[in-house]
Amino acid sequence: MKKPFIDLHLCPPINQIDKVKSLIEKSAELGYGAVGLTFQADTKGENIEQIKKICKDAGLDPILRSDLSPKNARDLLNMLRKVRRIFEVIAVYCGSKEVAIQAAKDQRVDLLFFSQSDPKKHFFSTSEAKIASEKNAALEINLAPLIYLEGYLRIRLLNVLRREVLTATKFGVPIILSSGASSPQMLRKPEDYVFLTYLIGLDVHAAKQAISDNPQRIIERNRRKLSQNYVCPGVYLIKRGKDC
Amino acid sequence: MLEKTRRRYILAKIDCYNPPHEKDFQNALLSSIIRLFGEYGASQTDLSLIEYNYERKYAIVRCSHKALPIVRAAMAAVNKIGSYEAAIHVLLVSGTLKALRRKIPTILGA
Repeated sequence: MKKPFIDLHLCPPINQIDKVKSLIEKSAELGYGAVGLTFQADTKGENIEQIKKICKDAGLDPILRSDLSPKNARDLLNMLRKVRRIFEVIAVYCGSKEVAIQAAKDQRVDLLFFSQSDPKKHFFSTSEAKIASEKNAALEINLAPLIYLEGYLRIRLLNVLRREVLTATKFGVPIILSSGASSPQMLRKPEDYVFLTYLIGLDVHAAKQAISDNPQRIIERNRRKLSQNYVCPGVYLIKRGKDC
Repeated sequence: MLEKTRRRYILAKIDCYNPPHEKDFQNALLSSIIRLFGEYGASQTDLSLIEYNYERKYAIVRCSHKALPIVRAAMAAVNKIGSYEAAIHVLLVSGTLKALRRKIPTILGA
């Protein structure tokens, strides 16, 4: 069976349903099988249900994601406590080295991502990669800036991303390719993203994994954990009832 | 002996509210290649526009088979054609123009 392509990072304005709908429909048209939509922790339940329905109507599997932007390590711990049991994917924007290390260390964090516009604010070095590989955190690369930045900023970003890809590959940190798109014009086909990553030194096979296998693994792991049958790592309830 | 040049034919869909003119499409693609790979890189692509359909918003582009990743990366990086926001989506890549044309009806519809 062909593996579905997954875009884990769509960030439309969640309150504007028309824009959300057009982005979801475009994703379905371009050949994605599942999309991750970014919600705030205080998004209303009915809003989430409405967006889930739009996804299902378009033939997509909706993935609930939360992006955390903590100021420091303590702030991150507080945020994680509130959202981990609500969302299927937790991504942390690492705006400082302290946050990057704490996020890599914490098993509740699924994705680490860095500034989309400022290449200086990328703190993914060997120390973070080493910790992340032990704790199953993945490095997320948003590809929209590669399309929309120009000149010196894009040159710097390409340079930084190439280095991050090398570091992640060396330490076995899974890489996730996402669009980071907020409008339909920012989206590209998964196969186009695969070729776009030629610019950052990712080969075709690794790029395909980064857009299908790697996100799929994270979703399956988290859905299992969030299910009612999960007890603790490695222990699941397989049957309920009076005859047990 | 000179090696026979192998080529690839790319069927690309232009995703834009207002269909751009042929010249604008060509300029956008070439400038994307030059911005990402420089003039030396662009010279290796052996790029040429085979067909451009203004109404159905698709184009057939030919390039050297070795330069296919370069051309595809550059196509994905296009975000503007002329003065309008646009995207180029690759629908099909083929080794011969004949095979590509044969598959067009199934991909774009008759």
